[in-house]
Amino acid sequence: MDAATLTGLLWEGLLQTLYMTIIATLVAYIIGLPIGVSLIVTSPNGIKPIGWYNKVMGFIVNVIRSVPFLILMIALMPYIRKLIGTGIGTSATTAALIVAAAPFVARMVEQSLLEVDPGVVEAAQSMGASNMQIIRKVMLLEARPSLLNGAAVATITILGYSAMAGSIGGGGLGDIAIRYGLHRFQPAIMWITVIVLVILVQIMQEIGIKVAAKLDNRIN
Amino acid sequence: MSEHIISLQGVTKEFDTKGGKVVALKDINLDIDEGDSYGIIGLSGAGKSTLVRTINLLEQPTEGKVLFDGENLTGLRSKDLNLKRRKISMIFQQFNLLMQRDAIGNICFPLELAGVPRADAEKKALELLKVVDLEDRAHSYPSQLSGGQKQRVAIARALASDPEVILCDEATSALDPKTTRAILALLKKINEERGITLVVITHEMDVIKQLCKKVAVIEGGEIVESGKVTDIFAQPKTQAARRLFFPDEQKMELENRGKTSTKNRLRIVYDGRSAYDPTIANMIMELRAPVNILYANMDVVGDEQKGQMVICLADDEKIADKQKKYLKEHGVNFTEIKEEEE
Repeated sequence: MDAATLTGLLWEGLLQTLYMTIIATLVAYIIGLPIGVSLIVTSPNGIKPIGWYNKVMGFIVNVIRSVPFLILMIALMPYIRKLIGTGIGTSATTAALIVAAAPFVARMVEQSLLEVDPGVVEAAQSMGASNMQIIRKVMLLEARPSLLNGAAVATITILGYSAMAGSIGGGGLGDIAIRYGLHRFQPAIMWITVIVLVILVQIMQEIGIKVAAKLDNRIN
Repeated sequence: MSEHIISLQGVTKEFDTKGGKVVALKDINLDIDEGDSYGIIGLSGAGKSTLVRTINLLEQPTEGKVLFDGENLTGLRSKDLNLKRRKISMIFQQFNLLMQRDAIGNICFPLELAGVPRADAEKKALELLKVVDLEDRAHSYPSQLSGGQKQRVAIARALASDPEVILCDEATSALDPKTTRAILALLKKINEERGITLVVITHEMDVIKQLCKKVAVIEGGEIVESGKVTDIFAQPKTQAARRLFFPDEQKMELENRGKTSTKNRLRIVYDGRSAYDPTIANMIMELRAPVNILYANMDVVGDEQKGQMVICLADDEKIADKQKKYLKEHGVNFTEIKEEEE
C-alpha cells in the first residue's frame, strides 16, 4: 500500500471515528444529562425526592452499564437493523454507542452534581427559587467545571467504545486497525491507527481540562 | 400593626431516622414582632437550626402552624410559598454564595429569580454593595473574598428582595472576633435603619448581647425561657439560661467546688448607673459581717452597661438574712444561687 492510499484510508477512518464519537457523545448527553439531573433531584436528599423513580431509573442505568459494550452492540444489532436498515457501519455503531453511553453520561453528570454545595441549593430555596430554577441556575452552573471535565472523560470513553466496535465491522479507526493489523497481518498500519487514537485522546483531554479551568471562577 | 410578623404555634418537628423517631422541636410557641431583633440561643443540637428553618419552611413542621404576616405558610402551595420566601431572606454560617458568580452576580440572583430585568437588578446590586461597604469588590468572585467580605455579599443578597425579615443562621460563627463585631454592627444598622426584623440563631451569648433586644433560650428542642435580653440577663429563671448567660460562673463553680461555702450565694446584676455606688462595701462596714466576692464582671448588653457579681454571704443564717434585707433596701437586684442538682 502506498503512502497516499494509506493516508486516504486513515483520513477516512479518522473522520468516521470523529463522526461516531461526536454524534454519539452529543446525543448521549441529550439523553443522559436529564437522567443524571433527575437522579440527583429525586434522591432522598434531593430537592424533590421520589423514591420509586430514583430506584427504577438507577436500576436501569446500572443494568445497561454492566453489559460490556461489544455484547450490548451485538445484542442491539437486530433492533438497530430494523430501525435504520443496517446492523454494521458507522451509523449502526453510533446508535449502539448512544445506548451504551447515555447511562454512563447519566452517572458522570450525577457525580458532578453531587459536588454542588447543598448549602447553596438551600440558599436558593430560601430565596424562593423553583426547582427548575435551582437545576438550571444553581446546580448546572455551579457544577459546570466538573461537568466539562466529565464530558472530556465521557468523549474519550465513547471514542474507545467506537474503536472497539471496529472488531464487528463498526467502521472508523478501530475497524482499520483490526482489518489490517489482525486479518491482514500488517501490524504497522495497526500501530499507526493506535498512535492516531492516542493523539486524539490527548487533544480531547487537553481541551476538556482547558475549557473547564477557563470557565471555573473559583480559581483566578 | 399589632400583629406579630412571625408566629410559630405549637410547632413540632420529628425526624425519622434509622434509630427511630427523633423529636427535634417540641411544641414551639414563638411570637416575633415587626422590627424586632430576636435572638434564639442554644447549644449545638438544641434544635435552633431546625427552628429557624421552619420559619421559611425549609423544614416542614410535623405539627403546628407557621404564620407570616398573619398567613399560615404551612398550607401554601409551593408556588405561593416561593413568593412569600422572597420576603424572608436568610444568611448562613458558610455564606452559601454561588461560587461561579461574582459579587454583583450573587446579589442579582434573587432579583433574577423574581424576574427583575437585568439592568435594574444590577443597578440595585451596586447600591446594596455600597450599603455593605464593598463597592470596590463588585466583580470579585467568592473565592477571592475573605470570610467577612463573603458575609457582606450574602447580606447584600439578602437585602436585594426587599425582605421584611432576615433569618441569620449562625451568621458570624465562621468569622474571627473583629469581623464578627463588624458584621453584627452592620446587621444592627440594617435592623434599626430599615426596620427589617432579624431572627438571629446563635450559640454565642456575645452575639445576643450585641445585636438582640429579645431572646429565646432553646434546649432539647424546647423553648425554656424567652423575653427581653436585659430581663433574662438580670434574672435568668432557668438553668439553661444561666448556663448560656453566665458561662464563667459554671467554670468558677467547678474550680471552687468544695473550696467555698455554697450556702447563701447571690448573683447581683446592676446597670451602669448603680455600678459606681459602693453598696457592698457599705454593707460590710455597716453590718460588720464579711462577704466573699466570688466573681465580678462588666458586660455590655444591647446599649446598656451591665455588671454582675457573685457573692457569698455570711454562713450564719441570721446575718445572711440581714445582709439580704440590706441589699433589698438599697435597691440591689439579686437572685439566690441554689446548689446545682446533678
